[in-house]
Amino acid sequence: MFDLDKWQEIFSNIRKNRLRTFLTGFSVAWGIFMLIVLLGAGKGLQNGVKSQFARDAINSIWLNAGKTALAYQGYQPGKEIKFTNEDYQLISQKYKRAEHISARMHLWNISLISYKSKFGNFNVKGVHPDMVFPEKVILTSGRFINDRDIEENRKVTCIGKKIVDELFKAEEPIGKEINVNGVLFKVVGVFYDDGGDQDNRRAYLPVSTTQRAFTGNTQIDQVVMSINEKDVNESEEIVNELRALLSARHHFDPNDQKAIFVWNNLTEYKKIMSLLNGITIFVWIIGIGTLIAGIVGVSNIMMIVVKERTVEIGIRKALGASPWSIIALILQEAVFITSLFGYIGLMLGIFLLEAFNKYLPASDFFKNPEVDLSIALYAMLLLVISGLFAGFFPARKAASVQPIDALRGA
Amino acid sequence: MIELKQVHKSYHNGSSSLHVLKGVNAVVESGEMVSIMGSSGSGKSTLLNILGILDTYDAGEYRLEGELIKQLNEKHAAQLRNQLIGFVFQSFNLIGFKNAMENVALPLYYQNVSRKKRNLIALEYLEKVGLKDWAHHMPNELSGGQKQRVAIARALISKPKIILADEPTGALDSQTSLEVMDLLKGINDQGITLIIVTHEHDIAEMTQRTIHLKDGNILG
Repeated sequence: MFDLDKWQEIFSNIRKNRLRTFLTGFSVAWGIFMLIVLLGAGKGLQNGVKSQFARDAINSIWLNAGKTALAYQGYQPGKEIKFTNEDYQLISQKYKRAEHISARMHLWNISLISYKSKFGNFNVKGVHPDMVFPEKVILTSGRFINDRDIEENRKVTCIGKKIVDELFKAEEPIGKEINVNGVLFKVVGVFYDDGGDQDNRRAYLPVSTTQRAFTGNTQIDQVVMSINEKDVNESEEIVNELRALLSARHHFDPNDQKAIFVWNNLTEYKKIMSLLNGITIFVWIIGIGTLIAGIVGVSNIMMIVVKERTVEIGIRKALGASPWSIIALILQEAVFITSLFGYIGLMLGIFLLEAFNKYLPASDFFKNPEVDLSIALYAMLLLVISGLFAGFFPARKAASVQPIDALRGA
Repeated sequence: MIELKQVHKSYHNGSSSLHVLKGVNAVVESGEMVSIMGSSGSGKSTLLNILGILDTYDAGEYRLEGELIKQLNEKHAAQLRNQLIGFVFQSFNLIGFKNAMENVALPLYYQNVSRKKRNLIALEYLEKVGLKDWAHHMPNELSGGQKQRVAIARALISKPKIILADEPTGALDSQTSLEVMDLLKGINDQGITLIIVTHEHDIAEMTQRTIHLKDGNILG
C-alpha cells in the first residue's frame, strides 16, 4: 500500500490534472467543512442552552399555584389555589425527598430600591434560607438569609451584584441600609448568579419579614425545592407525590395538571437536550448528504481517470499486473484525494469555529461552538470510507479493462 | 513450446459476427524465430493476442509450455504473461510519466522485486540495448528507435521464454528498423523464442520461418 511507485503515479496523475483534482477535492472539502461547522454550531447551541439551565439547579422543582381544571369534591373547576406558609411547612415537614425547600414571594409591585441619593428598579423576592440551593446563588461576601432572620422577622437583605454595581459603586455594601419601598433593610450579603442580568438584579428578603412589611398575610407565590441527586431519575414521580400531598390540603383532583403548575427543571432540561440531540442527528444527515455529493464527484473523476488510462492499464496487465494491483491503485488514489481534501475541509471548519469562539460575542443561547476530538476522528474515518466508496466503481471498471486494449487503444 | 490446434476466434458486434481465425494449427519450437505475415484483416494480430494470453479464443487448443491456456483466471494469466512472455508493441507502449529505467523495471515491480534492485537490473538491460546513458530520460525525450529499444529491454527484463512482437518496426524508418531487428536477432541467439507479426517482407525474411495467414487460415 505504501510503496513509492504508487505514490509517484498518484502524484503525477494529480499533477497532470490539477484543476480537475482541485474541483473534485473541493466538493469533498466542502462537505466535511459543512459537517464540522454545523456540528460545531450545534454544540454551541447546546452549550448556550446548557448555560441557560445552569442559572438554576438542574435538580430543582418549582411549584406554582394555579386554577383547577377539573371538578372535585363538589368544587367547580376554576377554583383558584393559593399557597400559604402552611404549604411550605407541610412539604418541608412531611416530604422527606425534598432536600432543600423554600417559599418564594415575587412582590412584582415593589421594585424601587434606593441607597442614599441613588435609586433603581430591581426585583424583590421573599425567600427561605434554602433558596440558595435551587436558585444556585453564589455568595461573594457576607451571608444569605438565615433561620434567625425568619424567626425574628429581621429586616435584612442579600443583594445581587448588579444592585451593588448601581447603588454602591465602590462602596462596601455590607452593613449599610437600603430603602425598599419605604422600609429600610440592612445588607448582610452580596451574591452572584450565573443566570444572567435579571437574576443579579434581585434583593432577597426573609419571607416572614416580607409578609409583615409588605403583604400583611401569609400567602406565598411558589414553593421551590431541590431534590436529592439520587432521586433525579424519579423527579416525575416526586412531582406526582407532591401533587397528591397538596391536593389533599387544597381539595383538588390529584390528576389535575392545572391546579398546580410544576416546573420540573430536570424534565425540561431533558426535553431540550433530546431536541438538541435531534438537531445533531439532523446535522449529521445534512453533512453526510453534502459529503455524498462530494463522493459522487470523486467517483466520477476516477471513472474518467480509468477511461483515460485504459491503455496504460492495458500495458500494465500485459506486463503482468494482477487485477488486484490495478484495483488497489485506483482505490488508493480515490482514498488519497478524499482524505487530503477532507482533511483540508476539516481543518478549515475547525479554524472557522475557533474564529467564532474568539471574535463573536458570546450570547445567552450560543456559547463556545466546538468540535471534540472524537467527532474529528469519526469525520476522518468517514473520509477514508468515502474514498473507498468513491473508488469502488472506477476500480471495478479498471479491473475489467482487457489487456488487448493496450494494443488496440494506442 | 507453442502448440495451436484448430483454434477458432470470432468477434461479435451486435448481430453481425466476424470469424477471424478459422481453425489455425501451428507449432513453434523453443528457440525459433518466426514471423507471422498477412494482410490487414488476416487475423495475425488476433493470433498474436491469443498467443500472448491477451485475448481468449472460442474453440480449439492452445498449449504454452505444455499448459493448456483456456479459461484462466485473470490472476494466473497475469502471472504467465509476467513470467513467460515479453511484449514488444508497434507503438512502444511506454508509460509516459516514468523514465526509461522505470519503464524497463516495471515487470519486476509485479514480481515484487524491491525498487532499488529492479532499477539496478533495469540499468543492466538498458546497457544491453545501448541506452544506459538515457536511463533517466522520459519517453517523450527519446527517438522512435530508442523507445523501441527501451520496450525491448522491458520485454527482456523478466527473462521470458518467448517474445511476442507486434509490428515492432512499424513506426520506425528503415535504418532504425534494421537496428531493432539486429537487436531482436541477438536476443533470439540467446535462445529466446521470438514471434514477430509484420506485413513487411524484408522483415519477415530476416526470420527463420514465416507463417502466412490469409482470411483466418494458414497458407502452405
